Amino acid sequence: MDAIILQILNGLDKGSAYALIALGLTLIFGTLGVVNFAHGALFMIGAFCAVTISRILTFSHEVVDETRTDFLGNPMKVDVPYIHSIVGQNAGDFMIDWAVPLSILFAIPVMIGIGVIMERGLIKHFYKRPHADQILVTFGLAIVLQEIIKFYYGANPIPTPAPSAFRGSFDFGAFLGMDANSIIYPYWRLVYFAFSLVIIGAVFAFLRFTTFGMVVRAGMADRETVGLLGINIDKRFTIMFGIAAAVAGLAGVMYAPINSPNYHMGMDFLVLSFVVVVVGGMGSLPGAVLAGFLLGILESFASMSEVLELLPGINQIVIYLVAIIILLTRPRGLMGRKGVMED
Amino acid sequence: MLGMTRKDAMMLAIVAIVALLAPFILNPFPVDSGFAQFNAGYPDLMQRFAIFGIFAIGFNILFGLTGYLSFGHAAFLGVGSYAAIWMMKLLTTNILPGMVMGIIVAGLFALVVGFISLRRSGIYFAILTLAFAQMSYALAYSVLTPITGGETGLQLKLNDARVLDAPLAPGERADANLFGIDMTSSYDLIVGGWQFTFNAGYYIAAVVLVLAFYLSIRIFRSPFGMMLRAIKSNNTRMTYTGLNARPYALAAFVISGMYAGLAGGLMVAMDTQVGPERMFWTASGEVVLMTILGGAGTLIGPVLGAGLIKYMENIISKINSSILHEWFYWMPDGLEDFVITLIYPFVGKGWHLTLGIVFMLVVIFLPGGLVEGGQRIKRLFESKKARKTSDQTTPAE
Amino acid sequence: MSKSNFTRRSLLKTSAVAGVGLAAPTIFTASSASAFANDPTDSSTVTLGFNVPQSGPYADEGADELRAYQLAVEHLNGGGDGGMMQTFSSKALQGNGIMGKKVEFVTGDTQTKSDAARASAKSMIEKDGAVMITGGSSSGVAVAVQALCQEAGIIFMAGLTHANDTTGKDRKANGFRHFFNSWQSGAALAPVLTKAYGTDRKAYHLTADYNWGYTTEEAVRNSTEALGWETVNAVKTPLTQTDFSAYITPVLQSDADVLVLNHYGNNMVNSLTNAVQFGLRDKMVNDKKFEIVVPLYSELMARGAGKNVAGIFGSQNWDWKLQKQLGDRFVGTDAFVQSFGEKYGFPPSQAAHTCYVQTLLYADAVERAGSFAPCAIVEALEGFEFDGLGNGPTLYRAEDHQCFKDVVVVRGKENPENEFDLVEIVEVTPAEQVTYAPDSPEFGGTAATLGQCNDGA
Repeated sequence: MDAIILQILNGLDKGSAYALIALGLTLIFGTLGVVNFAHGALFMIGAFCAVTISRILTFSHEVVDETRTDFLGNPMKVDVPYIHSIVGQNAGDFMIDWAVPLSILFAIPVMIGIGVIMERGLIKHFYKRPHADQILVTFGLAIVLQEIIKFYYGANPIPTPAPSAFRGSFDFGAFLGMDANSIIYPYWRLVYFAFSLVIIGAVFAFLRFTTFGMVVRAGMADRETVGLLGINIDKRFTIMFGIAAAVAGLAGVMYAPINSPNYHMGMDFLVLSFVVVVVGGMGSLPGAVLAGFLLGILESFASMSEVLELLPGINQIVIYLVAIIILLTRPRGLMGRKGVMED
Repeated sequence: MLGMTRKDAMMLAIVAIVALLAPFILNPFPVDSGFAQFNAGYPDLMQRFAIFGIFAIGFNILFGLTGYLSFGHAAFLGVGSYAAIWMMKLLTTNILPGMVMGIIVAGLFALVVGFISLRRSGIYFAILTLAFAQMSYALAYSVLTPITGGETGLQLKLNDARVLDAPLAPGERADANLFGIDMTSSYDLIVGGWQFTFNAGYYIAAVVLVLAFYLSIRIFRSPFGMMLRAIKSNNTRMTYTGLNARPYALAAFVISGMYAGLAGGLMVAMDTQVGPERMFWTASGEVVLMTILGGAGTLIGPVLGAGLIKYMENIISKINSSILHEWFYWMPDGLEDFVITLIYPFVGKGWHLTLGIVFMLVVIFLPGGLVEGGQRIKRLFESKKARKTSDQTTPAE
Repeated sequence: MSKSNFTRRSLLKTSAVAGVGLAAPTIFTASSASAFANDPTDSSTVTLGFNVPQSGPYADEGADELRAYQLAVEHLNGGGDGGMMQTFSSKALQGNGIMGKKVEFVTGDTQTKSDAARASAKSMIEKDGAVMITGGSSSGVAVAVQALCQEAGIIFMAGLTHANDTTGKDRKANGFRHFFNSWQSGAALAPVLTKAYGTDRKAYHLTADYNWGYTTEEAVRNSTEALGWETVNAVKTPLTQTDFSAYITPVLQSDADVLVLNHYGNNMVNSLTNAVQFGLRDKMVNDKKFEIVVPLYSELMARGAGKNVAGIFGSQNWDWKLQKQLGDRFVGTDAFVQSFGEKYGFPPSQAAHTCYVQTLLYADAVERAGSFAPCAIVEALEGFEFDGLGNGPTLYRAEDHQCFKDVVVVRGKENPENEFDLVEIVEVTPAEQVTYAPDSPEFGGTAATLGQCNDGA
């Protein structure tokens, strides 16, 4: 029982990353009709926003410490972060510790900016081009973004820990009145789950309850008519692109403490996020979120050793197997709309 | 001529001549010159040009004609490779049975995958093929290790069965061959500072490429090809005329799967080893990119796209900083360092960056791929003539 | 690559003969000008091929290997301070290149894919005339390139490759490995682990689902079980896995008190980070402190895991602090660290070390053999005993071309001073304890053979 609850938690946690990425992707892909292969790169750039902020906060000048020597026997140079001399040692250490949450403030404008520039500068010209051209141009862009990050940060993963207040685990066992320590779960992963729910809720509320969202939804359904009504749908689509980029970026920022970011992480998620979006159904935001959580949970269960003994290797393929079964039984995924990207 | 129009026959002839003269065309620089780095006329790369050319031609029959975007084509290449190497291990190191088996097994696998995936269209189809390919990759890497060799793949071993071959004499090796012609045997022609390598394996691959290209012309121009195009341009209307599009699409899918199997078999023939990464989604993505980059739906485009990507992967990635220093040694020191700092991020380990930039530039400025670039240049010349004769330019494929 | 001058006539003749029966002998032999592939005799320079990952997850490790290679070339050509050439027991190298020929090199990108690695190695052999290929950061690549070099008649000096297969079932006469292997990791770790954690332990294995993972798990399992440990469970994880939470939580539920992560690269960084996130390091099971073990440590990967490596055991081929801490048995280490540090500003990784040593060993073998012919070099390296290259007395065993030397057992430091000082040396397991029979079943048994060395012509 504990094991199953834990795997559900794992699935929800993993699923929240899938859902967040798929949500942003479906805004671009399922609604604007652009196959965005650079979406994984946006997620990766989000994670590197966190790395950048912690780098900036720990930006240091060297102080020679004569009492110690380095590996070559010369006097050791000790790095002292500038932030210490700006806000004092304690406040400085506190900010360094809280670098990841602080990066959210930095990532939102940066990611919206990247999204808007991408749409205005590149994607705008590709709305009417074949999907194949969109694939080529966004894939090229993804490689370029990736290589820029690699050039400045190297290929190795960069540890980006969560604030020390969030290290350690929450004891669900004690909370639910079961044995203490039977079900524990790391705080930061719970934070990630809650954070993703907030973001998903915010995006839905934005689309549902604001005039802006209403127009965008109308534009998704019938872009031409909305344009004929004299509404500037292009501008709104640009903003939507910015929002989608920000969602991907925030998913990346918060993901940094879970797995150390590297320049390649976007590509690892890219294929998976396409599968999630398509399984959810093209053009459906709830579908993307649902599929994200569903595949996350299934993946977690498939990795239990009881299951693996029965079906060796199932953990390798479960997501794809489920995707095939769903697409064969439900032609447009879980909640897809007719006629979106079927040609 | 051979059932082709004059224009197609011309194109086939050009492909054949280029393939025949590739060792000269690809080695324009003397061996000792600084530009020798850009020479691509060595056997391995020439073989790869031919193999990936075949792979892309096959992919184009599916994608270029029917518009069905398969994102799992590398699986057929991989399966073909595994089939071929098993034939070489079990039967004979002669490459023919391996290649035939590669085509057959890849075709059968494509039949299964196509039969299931073609129930859906558009992006749903793409994801289905992707899912099959990713499953093949994951299983080949892990649980199928006894058959596929897993991470370390399969190679020819001295103690393989090879039931059709005579036992090896001591010291003899089991090399891939075609009736005794070793794939690795080469003849070097040295003319002045130039070196041209004529490699047996390359010429076998080139012959197969030309045949594959000929077959693709025939398919493009056949009634069957027209039917495939009809699927792309208006599937619904085709259904209303009482035609069932599925069998045609499936046939195209299987044919292109067999092309991939042939490429896989050739790959093993030229380089006797198989590893599962050959089936990873990036490999499937690569053939998609090759086709679009060259010009989807055109005859020659995919071959050009394949050539460009493989050229960048193998040539640009080998330019390191000491080579740059060799090139620019004649500059004043400060300028030399400056120029090298500017170029360095784009070569050597930065070759991916150049690749990404080329993708973007081509698709932005040449919407029809490299073929369109060629046509524009051609038009530029023709427009001068056209002023006199007011001739019409040929539309793009 | 055989460069044969076959004429049209001989071609026709061979085809005709072969046409008679498929089973005809298939080797196409022809007379050739030089006795072996890429013979540099007539040239004033000799070219080495450095084939390392420059893109993909191992790119940084590849970059460090490349630094070491450049340093080795500099030293061979008489530049710099000579590094380990000063301490190397064999004094054949003069600092005038190899046999008086200036050493040049070409580089390529393996992308950590066997196809790309072979393409790159082939271009070095066919286009650049490299006489030796070296490098790599995974066993899949090492096995693939080693097989290629065997066919082409070129010497392959493996870089970082840890799977048993490289010198086990896939061993080749033209290939040599200086790096240690899975079996040696297990044999070296088990006594140290039982000393530190006691013999009454229950281990839970998470294993990367491919060849290297299997052999490493097998090695650690067998050697710890022999000393009294019990293996509670072993679960295979996909190579492409990034989040290991679903594999870690069952560990919390089991009664295991040790977690062994048979992972490398990003797998290792992520699984270790996740394991620490789930509080495994602070857990008490069966009244014992829960421990984590990572059989193969890599400094670069440890850097990716950051503070999470603190207190975690693993094994290494070499560490830059060896001579400082354990004295002159490991002579050469300081000389290498000195010249590497002077040039690049930080200490070298074990990948850099093994690549540097391999280059020196190759050059030395050529000098001693007095020839660039691969078979002569194979003969010079087989059974070669040497010292002064940082690992203490070392043997290149003739039967499988594997180096036998001490294995370093390390532990993540609790308070590292900087990012190059993440591990501390716990103990060094002497070479005798990590020596096995060349035909042991883990290494392909009696069926595994080197085959004949190939000169390539």
